[in-house]
Amino acid sequence: TLAERTNLAGVQHILLVLSGKGGVGKSTISTELALALRSAGKKVGILDVDLCGPSIPRMLRVQDSAVHQCDSGWVPVFVGQDKAIALMSIGFLLERPDDAVVWRGPKKNALIKQFVTDVAWGDLDFLIVDTPPGTSDEHISTVEALRPYQLLGAVLVTTPQ
Amino acid sequence: LAAQLSLSLAECPGTGSAQAGRAAACQGCPNQGLCAAGAAGPDPAEAAELRARLRAVRHTVLVLSGKGGVGKSTFSALLAHGLAADETKQVALLDIDICGPSIPKMMGLEGEQVHQSGSGWSPVYVEENLGVMSVGFLLGSPDDAVIWRGPKKNGLIKQFLRDVDWGEVDYLIVDTPPGTSDEHLSIVQYLSATHIDGAVIVTTPQEVSLQDVRKEINFCRKVKLPIIGVVENMSGFVCPKCKNESQIFPPTTGGAEKMCQNLNVSLLGKVPLDPQIGKSSDSGQSFLAEAPESQATLSYRNIIQRIQEYCEHHHFQEEKIM
Repeated sequence: TLAERTNLAGVQHILLVLSGKGGVGKSTISTELALALRSAGKKVGILDVDLCGPSIPRMLRVQDSAVHQCDSGWVPVFVGQDKAIALMSIGFLLERPDDAVVWRGPKKNALIKQFVTDVAWGDLDFLIVDTPPGTSDEHISTVEALRPYQLLGAVLVTTPQ
Repeated sequence: LAAQLSLSLAECPGTGSAQAGRAAACQGCPNQGLCAAGAAGPDPAEAAELRARLRAVRHTVLVLSGKGGVGKSTFSALLAHGLAADETKQVALLDIDICGPSIPKMMGLEGEQVHQSGSGWSPVYVEENLGVMSVGFLLGSPDDAVIWRGPKKNGLIKQFLRDVDWGEVDYLIVDTPPGTSDEHLSIVQYLSATHIDGAVIVTTPQEVSLQDVRKEINFCRKVKLPIIGVVENMSGFVCPKCKNESQIFPPTTGGAEKMCQNLNVSLLGKVPLDPQIGKSSDSGQSFLAEAPESQATLSYRNIIQRIQEYCEHHHFQEEKIM
């Protein structure tokens, strides 16, 4: 569709941050990577596809923000000192921050597809995708949805043990 | 689009529920057609099968978090070891983390295989009174990725409960992956055939963990799963050389203690960071046995005792009329 071609058309590179293991620092690294790239003058976006445990909004101090719509879809929340990092997370869609997103796979897959195709990212040098632990629905759906685009690759995070 | 946003956040009733495909939340879900055309609810024959298999299980404890990497598997393994120290008790440890099964390594059982007998799959025994089951035992190689969507994971979890010959069990400990998704919904649904004493929820002191744990607490309430209590793991570090205590993960918002007060749940205890814990886990040994004098061991033993007391106190009548 035109929207699909438009919303990610301005994104130069897509970087997945993965682990398999939980709690090793994926979200922390995703955030720091985005901030570092921004300092280096790049246009950056973060897509947080951890639907059960979205950590990025708090890490960028925007946990109380809401998303709005525009003609081409959802407008990401702009964060960082110069409000220049674009962020989308399910965290922004929750009525209350403690609401549990208790969804089975098919529903998670549907939202991830929407996050990939319906967010108006604009022009970005890098889109960083933060993932939950595991190798399941979120990961399969994210890679499938992003396959038509410029997938740069994955950064894997671990701890020494 | 706004209507889609708010509806999309409503709960999935579950692909096996009577409301599957018919609830308001189902509008727009790509699975709606499939669910609406499917079975009207959980298969009663299946439920009866599970009940029969789990009839001889006296107490069941789920170890949950919401947050990854806080020590669920470590805690599950040590809870199992701690309970099995009483040789008169039969303990079973079920690892339903299908994508990242840590229990085989932590229990020193890597490379073990599951054997089948006439009465079902045989758990792998660490001790005579401590049996373990995990998808880790079913993999060809420990590095094989299990890249499965929800329904396939649910199928294996059901098999673990239906086909494993646990025998008579005093305590069934279930280790779960992080999150509030298929595995969690399924285990609660399948175990409704028997009785779950409650959930132990593990966290670390930092707000980034607590925010996921609050969601898990809400999940427990939604599915009416009693909460035995919360364990605050990685709570402080005492240097073995200078004995100075540091907060590696500072409780910037009051830690588990404040959260438990706010949400009216029990704080079962705090376990400090001890590098020996990670080492013991990596080598498949019981930390409690390797470091009996550690402050962490003392904390663990107190917490395990509290869990035992909770289970014994809320004793489930075996003669439950179905």
